[in-house]
Amino acid sequence: MKPFTFERATSPEQAVSAFAAQPHARFLAGGTNLVDLMKLGVETPEHLIDVSRLPLNDIEPTADGGLRVGANVRNSDLAAHTTVCRSYPALAQALLAGASGQLRNLATTGGNLLQRTRCPYFQDLSAPCNKREPGSGCSAREGVNRDMAVLGHSEHCVATHPSDMAVALAAYDAQLELLGPEGSRTVPAAEFHRLPEDTPQRDTVLRPGELISHVTLPPPPAGARAAYRKARDRASYAFALASAAAVLAVDGDGTVRHAALAFGGLAHRPWRARTAEQVLTGSRADAETFARAADAELAAARPLSDNAFKVPLARNLAVHTLTALTGDAPNRPAGT
Amino acid sequence: MIPQRTATSSTLTLHVNDTAHTVTVDHRATVLDVLREQLHLTGSKKGCDHGQCGACTVLLEGRRANSCLLLAVAYDGAHLTTVEGLGDEERLHPLQEAFHERDAFQCGYCTPGQIVSGVGMLCEAAEGHPSHATSPEALQWATGAPAELNRDEIRERMSGNICRCGAYPHIVEAIEDVTDHALRHRGTAPHRTDAGADAGTDADSGTDARTDAVPAR
Amino acid sequence: MAVHDTTDTTDTTGTTRRGDRTAEPVLGSAAPRREGPAKLTGTARYAAEHTPPDCAYGWPVAAAVAHGSVTGIDDSDAMAVPGALAVLTHENAPRLGEPDDPTLLLLQSPRVPHRGWYVALAVGETPEAAREMARALHVSYDEEPHDVLVHPDHPKLYHPEQANGGYPGACERGDFDAEYDAAPHRFDLTYTLGPLHNHPMEPHAATAVWEGGHLIAYDSSQGATVVCQTLATMFGLDPHQVTVVAEHVGGGFGSKGTPRPPVVLAAMGAKHTGRAVKVALPRRELPFVVGHRAPTVQRLRIGARDDGTLAALGHDVTTHTSTVREFVEQAAVPSRVMYGSDGSRTGHGVVALDVPTPSWMRAPGEAPGMYALECAMDEVATALGIDPIELRLRNIPDREPDSGRPFSSHHLADCLREGARRFGWERRDPRPGARRDGDLLLGTGVAASTYPAYVAPSTASVQALGDGSRPAYHVRINATDIGTGARTVLAQVAADELGVPLEAVRIDVGSSDLPAAPLAGGSSGTASWGWAVHKACRELRESDGTLVTVDTTSDVQGQEEYARHAFGAVFAEVSVDTVTGEVRVRRLLGVFAAGRILNARTARSQFIGGMTMGLGMALTEHSSLDTRLGGFVEKDLAGYHVPAHADVPDIDAHWIEEHDPYLNPVGGKGIGEIGIVGTPAAIANAVHHATGRRYRELPLTPDRVGVVA
Repeated sequence: MKPFTFERATSPEQAVSAFAAQPHARFLAGGTNLVDLMKLGVETPEHLIDVSRLPLNDIEPTADGGLRVGANVRNSDLAAHTTVCRSYPALAQALLAGASGQLRNLATTGGNLLQRTRCPYFQDLSAPCNKREPGSGCSAREGVNRDMAVLGHSEHCVATHPSDMAVALAAYDAQLELLGPEGSRTVPAAEFHRLPEDTPQRDTVLRPGELISHVTLPPPPAGARAAYRKARDRASYAFALASAAAVLAVDGDGTVRHAALAFGGLAHRPWRARTAEQVLTGSRADAETFARAADAELAAARPLSDNAFKVPLARNLAVHTLTALTGDAPNRPAGT
Repeated sequence: MIPQRTATSSTLTLHVNDTAHTVTVDHRATVLDVLREQLHLTGSKKGCDHGQCGACTVLLEGRRANSCLLLAVAYDGAHLTTVEGLGDEERLHPLQEAFHERDAFQCGYCTPGQIVSGVGMLCEAAEGHPSHATSPEALQWATGAPAELNRDEIRERMSGNICRCGAYPHIVEAIEDVTDHALRHRGTAPHRTDAGADAGTDADSGTDARTDAVPAR
Repeated sequence: MAVHDTTDTTDTTGTTRRGDRTAEPVLGSAAPRREGPAKLTGTARYAAEHTPPDCAYGWPVAAAVAHGSVTGIDDSDAMAVPGALAVLTHENAPRLGEPDDPTLLLLQSPRVPHRGWYVALAVGETPEAAREMARALHVSYDEEPHDVLVHPDHPKLYHPEQANGGYPGACERGDFDAEYDAAPHRFDLTYTLGPLHNHPMEPHAATAVWEGGHLIAYDSSQGATVVCQTLATMFGLDPHQVTVVAEHVGGGFGSKGTPRPPVVLAAMGAKHTGRAVKVALPRRELPFVVGHRAPTVQRLRIGARDDGTLAALGHDVTTHTSTVREFVEQAAVPSRVMYGSDGSRTGHGVVALDVPTPSWMRAPGEAPGMYALECAMDEVATALGIDPIELRLRNIPDREPDSGRPFSSHHLADCLREGARRFGWERRDPRPGARRDGDLLLGTGVAASTYPAYVAPSTASVQALGDGSRPAYHVRINATDIGTGARTVLAQVAADELGVPLEAVRIDVGSSDLPAAPLAGGSSGTASWGWAVHKACRELRESDGTLVTVDTTSDVQGQEEYARHAFGAVFAEVSVDTVTGEVRVRRLLGVFAAGRILNARTARSQFIGGMTMGLGMALTEHSSLDTRLGGFVEKDLAGYHVPAHADVPDIDAHWIEEHDPYLNPVGGKGIGEIGIVGTPAAIANAVHHATGRRYRELPLTPDRVGVVA
């Protein structure tokens, strides 16, 4: 780890201007990923700006019935918030499916969105990696790629985004409030993360020096139910092989009025399944429709040598999560 | 060696187990390394140094946290509870006592993290925090009331603490023992902001309450 | 035979009854761990927790290529790091004497035999400085082609004379080919296992300091005697000039069985700098430098008769080793022990590749070998329509098949029957895929376990301290407590033999300044150390003196020729999620026959712990070698999944009271490893029962199992 200077930000605006004054600065919040990457030598900041004590800790209702979440709200507090549990259950479930109790106590809402891929080649300084060192090549594409992307990857990068929370935020049409040197702007959560294309070093559309200040959840669609389901190698404390967040509202006649579906573990960003949603919306809410929708979305999948299993896995997660929301399927038995 | 204060080091105060320690730390030093190498409090263990095992778990302002991921410089003024602050060899914390009774450890290296995590976990449950093992129905009707801890709940909530010796079944039993104890003495679950102090109170009453079950040593 | 009902038992409702222990004899009682309070309160010190005055910190530098040699090291940036003390490389490091284990010949040549091999050691004033020095060091390499992929058709495959443990590489009994060809039912099955990593919770670490000509090392080791002897050889010292302390050790599972790089690096760094030096390995580097369980491809050929008895048993193992040292995982060896047949052929083929050197991992040989054999037995049972327990009962031999030696005791049948009773096996519907719970398929499976009862010579001393009214004894032995409870059980052995309360025995272990003793490995520690402690106490009791020191070499060498093995049976119930392919264990039960159980409390923990590691081997633990980069990919605990709390259900461990007069005076067979042995096959067989599919590869993660549409 390179030596670095340190300052504690006094306000969001001061943090942003401090960042602009330092060429190799990073914001520090929970630190669960940044400190990890600094120890690996992947991140080598020369100046840290501690934003963890900025007053961005509130979870407040919005005028239109939504929820505005400060970027410093810890993952555990967000997951335990009764409004989140009741009105945004897929978000609570996604948060609780991520990391461990200890890590959720540290990790912030903003930091969770900005965590970087867990691709083992990205973390290994002795391996070529275009995300870490543009132009050096992608070790994962022809390497051990079981955990890598099946959607939206490029010849330059096949990494996945590791967040569970971000998948739920994408499905809920959350908006991110960004504060930067040129003022603030709002970006939809589903469009915040990028596909790798030929610049995999850029994970998000965040501009240099911009800080996530808040995440705003719109009011949940009337009558909607939602869930998040994740498949992983061990029963807890593991990143997703694949996951699905679904928000579904069905009219009295069984027609889908609103459908939002997002996948985790499949791509360089939380994968909002717009094609599937088009199939779903206005169709009959049944298993046949759900399968057709998932297949339509996953037709674009391009599996690598070791990860073809992710396509039927994601299909099943989508179909079963949506089916459970229609009440046609029994709930998962406890303890599985 | 304690580094001299420079642009890349700072002097700060950490309140560890109710004792204030003013130290000069390299900005790169984690709370775990400051505890172990500068304060010689080696109860908090370094198992992975990357937040992947939980052996370094401490209570930070009453909440469990991986101390290997905390840059000490960012925690000036913070209150920490380590395993050394829960109990000592003559007067074990009820959870330490339960671990001893249940043989909930073998090599002992993950053990302080498991115990501190267990104490923190019980506080979180008392505050009504749900978990991945909480049913969708219970989540839907969340009220913030204390969570009920069955074995699946304990296992899920403790999953951030890896044990390679495989003491898990006994750890779960030990935590259950203390959970039962907590239920018998309602309201003893420490409040999150001063868990360290309350845990000490708990240790007093708990040791007495469990005397009959304590094997001779 | 009697089934041991322990003092703490959990009934079916999950509530606990506590029994009365007061009337129990000292040996066999559930005495709590002596070091328990120290471990529970954080005062027990492990190797890296000794910080001598003026202690510096070493950070190793790992090779970034898979094969070749170092052509240049530029340490100018590293030495410019504030707090830098020294960079040791093959050019300036102290010259070392030749150890038995060439993986310890560190920084002696520019050769790079595999990725991750240490090429330098940075020493700095603080851990932060040392880490940054290592990052700032520029190493250039002459890279050569590498090969890390083992397969049975590899052109460099050879058949070693010996496999690990000194077993013959190949064995033939009867005419395997003729028996196999003539058998009415033939099975030719191949099972594949990837590499596995020990990953004890305490990463390997050492602190070394030179005091005059005396080297003191605090090492995380399973046996300080061997470390002491090795350091003496390597640094040209008399063993009396070396003290190695391993008072508390955070697990090893074989990976700390013999010296590992940290203690050599720390001693070199301390010698070079004149400071105490602490070297704690980063978790990510363990897979490369402390050994791993080698991958195996195992071909099982079984010729069976209509009644399920075996006419022929063939077990061919293909595995890898490194170019540094030959280590051959003896996976075919259990097939020489378990079942009778008229013709048998067992053998090992190995390829020396540009891979890290494999070594011991909990039950080397038995764990992978019994996975393959016991899955194959399940396949035979299924194909012939014979209950898997009945099939095993029909094949239990009268004598050890390959050696012809009588068994000192053999209670596999009792373990199988008792396990079946406790598990409720008779209610099992044998049809695969017949039980469903919502989206979950349920299945149950069984497998046998075995592990040899090893014993090694040891010394020990005991001194009478107290007066007649208050007896007190001091036992001294360089045993190592890696979490087994060795301190406690050896004190029990002494108290039992001396006829005094446990509290009257003080015991010191974990230092090479104590009487020499073998390592904690091969499940032989308690038998070996216990024999010496027992002998010392007996001689003290029968003598007029106050101090006795004994050596059991002649006793151990004088043992009669018996086949000595522990046996067991493991039962598993699993759920397989048809939506995701996720497999979870619902129930796990083991019944073991391992001689006399000396401490019910710590024994149970070891059985459960072994079974938990077997669960990991079956379901979660996966490592792979990247063929292009030539290194392990799953380096850390986020990528290499050891089981977490949520993976592990309640586990039942029981044992048969076994009285075996041919073992050793304390009567135990060793319990540290047998728990892992049968568990992977029991789980894999349960997955077959749930799904009707045979995977013949572990771990059974969703990518392998797949969704069951």
